[in-house]
Amino acid sequence: MGLEEALPSGVLLTTVENFAGYARKGSLWPATFGLACCAIEMMAVGGPRFDIARFGMEVFRASPRQADLMIVAGRVSQKMAPVLRQIYDQMAAPKWVLAMGACSSSGGMFNNYAIVQGVDHVVPVDIYLPGCPPRPEMLIDAILKLHDQIQHTKMGANRRAQIADLESEALLAPATVEMKGLLR
Amino acid sequence: MAELPQAVRGFGVTFTTMFKKVVTEQYPEDAAKYPPKPRFHGRHQLNRWADGLEKCVGCELCAWACPADAIFVEGADNSDTERFSPGERYGRVYQINYLRCIFCGLCIEACPTRALTMTTEFELADNNRADLIYEKHDLLAPVLPGMIAAPHAMVPGATEKDYYANKITGATGDEVTS
Repeated sequence: MGLEEALPSGVLLTTVENFAGYARKGSLWPATFGLACCAIEMMAVGGPRFDIARFGMEVFRASPRQADLMIVAGRVSQKMAPVLRQIYDQMAAPKWVLAMGACSSSGGMFNNYAIVQGVDHVVPVDIYLPGCPPRPEMLIDAILKLHDQIQHTKMGANRRAQIADLESEALLAPATVEMKGLLR
Repeated sequence: MAELPQAVRGFGVTFTTMFKKVVTEQYPEDAAKYPPKPRFHGRHQLNRWADGLEKCVGCELCAWACPADAIFVEGADNSDTERFSPGERYGRVYQINYLRCIFCGLCIEACPTRALTMTTEFELADNNRADLIYEKHDLLAPVLPGMIAAPHAMVPGATEKDYYANKITGATGDEVTS
């Protein structure tokens, strides 16, 4: 992204990581992307009772170029999927996606040909929020969990090492079809 | 007030708002002050009888009632050596996919033994799909004092009908040995 990506690992990079994480989570501007009933709860979060401005997030940007977080609030139809992807592509990195509600997380009760079965088929999702629709506190809880994730994001050499670690871990992990748990 | 310019009168509204009660809920800090209503539909819970045996009989009625197909149940037979619930069968595998669940409560209405109820816990967000499929051990109610964790035998002398009639008050301590 910038100079911070070229820093060598060590105390300096850790300090920059902490500061960048603090700055990024401190003013995480969401893009306006309400698709269905979850959007009503998202608006309630913007209102005075729950007041997302307490976390520096009150500015729902109409332009994806000014937004850092896409809250996918509602079911994504097959026809909406390319639009969603385009909005995601237009957002400037670093960017995050929050799948709000059952429908955007997995398709929810709409298990049919018209609805994308989980928005992670289209864009990478950072945090999943169950509920139909989730109450505003649930959205704030998910946002705070995302803030925690952002605060601990690694950069530069540390990030490359982390990616290598995750990759080798993923290669050893069993495939989803092999994860049977208690099933016979 | 009528002779004041309209622009100045507008500030009066702002000024009086300063003396009004603040409606904002300080959610993560003062969460205990704003609990959800007692009948709020939150995370599910698989209940136990007073002696610690599970109430779930593995009938799959919850899975049939579920409009989102979020519940998966696989029953199995109890045996005399390994007993999880009074009566014939118990729920061996119990999974609820919280990414599908719409918290409608039809599963609770369907449950014949009140094994499945809902808590008011709602902080469920997670960063991957696999962890949001809750297994039986995530959903089971805690073992309270006076209970013994399953598997163990029924209270000596009792049948499953005594359990369903709610005549069992607690574990006697003889269940594990018998």
